[in-house]
Amino acid sequence: MMLAVEIPYWGQSLFRVLGGIVAVLIPAGTIVYVFLFKMMSFMQSRLGPMEAGPYGSLQLVAEVGKWLQKEDTAPERADHSIFKLAPLIVLLSTFLLVAAVPFGPDAWITNFQAGVFYALAVSSISVLGILVAGWSSANKYSLLGGLRAAGQLIAYELPLVLATLGVVIQAGSMNMQDIVVAQGTESIFGWDGIGNPYVLTQFVGFLVFMIAVQAELTQPPFDMPIAESELVSGYMTEYSGFRFLIFFIAEFATVGVFSLIASILFLGGWSVPFSWFGWDSLDEVADWMNLAGPLILFTKMMVLSFLIMWVRFSFPRFREDQLQRFAWKFLIPLALANIVITAIFKVAM
Amino acid sequence: MALTPKMPGLIKGLAVTLKTLGRTVTQGPETVQYPHEKETPPIRARGVIALREDNCTVCMLCARSCPDWCIYIEGHKTLAPPRRAGGKPRSVSLLDRFDIDYALCMYCGICVEVCPFDALFWSPEYEYSESRIADLLHDKDKLGEWMETVPEAPELEAGAAKGKK
Repeated sequence: MMLAVEIPYWGQSLFRVLGGIVAVLIPAGTIVYVFLFKMMSFMQSRLGPMEAGPYGSLQLVAEVGKWLQKEDTAPERADHSIFKLAPLIVLLSTFLLVAAVPFGPDAWITNFQAGVFYALAVSSISVLGILVAGWSSANKYSLLGGLRAAGQLIAYELPLVLATLGVVIQAGSMNMQDIVVAQGTESIFGWDGIGNPYVLTQFVGFLVFMIAVQAELTQPPFDMPIAESELVSGYMTEYSGFRFLIFFIAEFATVGVFSLIASILFLGGWSVPFSWFGWDSLDEVADWMNLAGPLILFTKMMVLSFLIMWVRFSFPRFREDQLQRFAWKFLIPLALANIVITAIFKVAM
Repeated sequence: MALTPKMPGLIKGLAVTLKTLGRTVTQGPETVQYPHEKETPPIRARGVIALREDNCTVCMLCARSCPDWCIYIEGHKTLAPPRRAGGKPRSVSLLDRFDIDYALCMYCGICVEVCPFDALFWSPEYEYSESRIADLLHDKDKLGEWMETVPEAPELEAGAAKGKK
């Protein structure tokens, strides 16, 4: 639409792959530095890394360099081929997730019609990677961690899906682009000053979604699978060097990608309220939103990542039974009730 | 639902971390950036044990009471000149070797407590790490050098002084 030069298909594909890598790695790096290194330290009244680069900003480079130098070890009795594959499966699901995220009116990697469905489906691939990692490590702690992770991720997948359904019902579409546009164009009781970010109408859904995301990411207080005081490091115990690095990147990249998806579903994604510039539909959105959109989306992602990390640094770990009970007896009924109420409102209005 | 009464606690927890975050940003952290900035340890900190060789009588009480057996003492008997003219030469013990192996020491301070002649002192000095573990064995010269860092003994409390004079 805006590019005069015709890019061949392979060029477009290359561009999309690069865009996807950037969209995964930049949020991951930013989250690790801003939240994991700095915010967590500040919350504990210390400064965190300060030596590598100004204010320790190159600490992550130093860490990655350290991990890359380390020997890539595997236990003797491990199932070697699967053991080596497992972190890649986990990272793969992160990269597949970002493919469905729209960054601007035309800046998307793939414009899925059933984007929400696709995103929720590929996000559960990481369970396979984790389970495989735990199983192939030939280590009882890894196995326990892997099984705990599987139980937890499956339990919290449901509230995640059900919370998303409320948004899908309200927007009337599973396409993430349509959901963004719906939030930009709709109005609240005739007032369209801020569009209609679904965090207002779907607040319960937002809450359930964020809690479920916290558990899907196995961030504390839902970090039973890697509970270091009982399981060493859960399914990651036997991994060293760059395979551990891949697990690490996947963990924080997924925080970023889930925050991106949550900001699309609930905070209006890349859009600003369309009424500010007098737009009525996706076609009228100005081209410069392709540049501003990613930045807006990134800002919203940082806000949501802040919430995830804030909760992570504040709360102690759930016990396994509390964790399961919370999902099955509280979150899922709540999400179901939310769907019913949303559906009633949708039909009635 | 049993979860409702827990909510205020959850929010309180979030407030604690956020408040600490704000305090660290505005007023700085509680920690110091160690190699660039050093805190003075408290005056009675257990940093390193110093030896005043003149006071030592090679009585071995410290070596015997050391739970880690990290003190090595060797000495020999010799004759010192008499105190008064015409007196008998005194028999004294001289220290040949007094080593403390700080790779073994657990800083319990029993040797300092047990020394009847005030030959051992605590010094708050703490920067004596070595890259070779054998270098952590401090001999009597090095232990004597630590005496310079031993702070003045604090004033005794009223009535704590011994009865003599």
